[in-house]
Amino acid sequence: MVGIIGYGVYIPRYRIKTEEIADVWGDNGPQMARGLGVFEKSVPGPDEDVATISVEAARNAIKYAGIDPRDIGAVYVGSESHPYAVKPTGTIVAEAIGCTPYLTAADYEFACKAGTAAIQTTMGLTQSKMIKIGLAIGSDTAQGRPGDALEYSAAAGGVAVLIGEDNPVATIEETLSFTTDTPDFWRREGEDFPSHGARFTGEPAYFRHVGEAAKAMLKKTDTTIDDYDYFVFHMPNGKFPVNMGKQLKVPKEKLEDSLVVRQIGNTYSGSAMMGMARILDIAKPGEKIFMVSYGSGAGSDAFVLKVEEEILKHRGEVPTVDDFIERKTYVSYAVYAKYRRKIKALG
Amino acid sequence: MAEHGVANIWRKQKSMYSIIGSKCTTCGEHYFPPRPVCPTCRRKGQLEEYQFKGLGKIHTFAVVRQAPEDFKRQVPYVVAQVELDEGARLTAQIVNIEPENVEIGMRVRSCFRKITEYGQGGIIVYGYKFEPTMKVTGHD
Repeated sequence: MVGIIGYGVYIPRYRIKTEEIADVWGDNGPQMARGLGVFEKSVPGPDEDVATISVEAARNAIKYAGIDPRDIGAVYVGSESHPYAVKPTGTIVAEAIGCTPYLTAADYEFACKAGTAAIQTTMGLTQSKMIKIGLAIGSDTAQGRPGDALEYSAAAGGVAVLIGEDNPVATIEETLSFTTDTPDFWRREGEDFPSHGARFTGEPAYFRHVGEAAKAMLKKTDTTIDDYDYFVFHMPNGKFPVNMGKQLKVPKEKLEDSLVVRQIGNTYSGSAMMGMARILDIAKPGEKIFMVSYGSGAGSDAFVLKVEEEILKHRGEVPTVDDFIERKTYVSYAVYAKYRRKIKALG
Repeated sequence: MAEHGVANIWRKQKSMYSIIGSKCTTCGEHYFPPRPVCPTCRRKGQLEEYQFKGLGKIHTFAVVRQAPEDFKRQVPYVVAQVELDEGARLTAQIVNIEPENVEIGMRVRSCFRKITEYGQGGIIVYGYKFEPTMKVTGHD
């Protein structure tokens, strides 16, 4: 059965505290951190971007799975911060992990759910026997306009997932999507920073799409909340997934372990996938994971995963999400502004 | 000048991305960057492509505080000669560590980073840098 045969993550070393950002803009730091449920966020170094983060995550995934990279027949990189507007990130990744030239590759863009869309595509390609193994990556170095609410959460990180049919560590039992045209968040060509509909990003956008996708999945699989051990919802901040859980009556302890947003912020295309990776780091064989991603614009991809015995053979091969969360160095707002090219005079 | 040096960069891409050099099957010596001829065995040498494991130690290093324009954002940064476990030495930046903590003999492994870019509209050059081995590199 189709499933995840390996996964790997990468989170840059630098962090900035919510309080540090709040100090610059005259906000109340502790109150902001508590309100958003984001206490610090990851910041990429000056020489890190979506290509470098994706390569590091993909190399970890290959090591975890123990596969020959030449068996990878498709590379899809989902991101809203691809280094080039025209020139695929996927080819850079494919070359760096040694799976060129006999493969197909493309870049995906769907705000924060481009990575899970890539998972669905590679599932289809492997199930139809077009390819043996597919590599789906969700990776971002997200930016918020200085002073905007987004600046507190827009973070950097990536997750690479290898999809195949042979000995998966977690089978993907079902997937479905809920998609509509909802303009809650966008960035026009040539603009440095995204715009958003402020409160409009809540009810008609995030909560409607995640909620409807979750309900449709429960209906399709004829299951209830009680049938799952872990829940993962996309994490634009620490507040939304918790509220989503409350609306769906998910017990707090089943959601808690996926909330990586509190320590690293919203890694956009890597957000729900990072939560999923953290659960895969700790879940026991037989346990079931219910994941719903969300991408503005807008859509949600829901997945039901079952952790397999195989997972026990692969653990310890590569660093965990927690290893990366714990490896950190704090930077000031000034250094953050320098690294993130918010200081324009420097070019 | 956005297209400056594209072919040159592309030619070196494979060895820059994955530290691919050459190994002489006659004398067993490893070379990086790849060589067309083994300087020891000359005509008797047999060179084949070799992907280095990417592990090594810092042979020597310098902390750069006066950087060229393109690297000012990274100052201060470390440029080191890394001696790979297979024997070859190469020059690379050391990242993921404060410059004051870098030491000669320190174990490092290669990572994938942006090396430079040819202006805002130009090509981005990626390749290897090195970082200390630690938990997140899979080495305790």
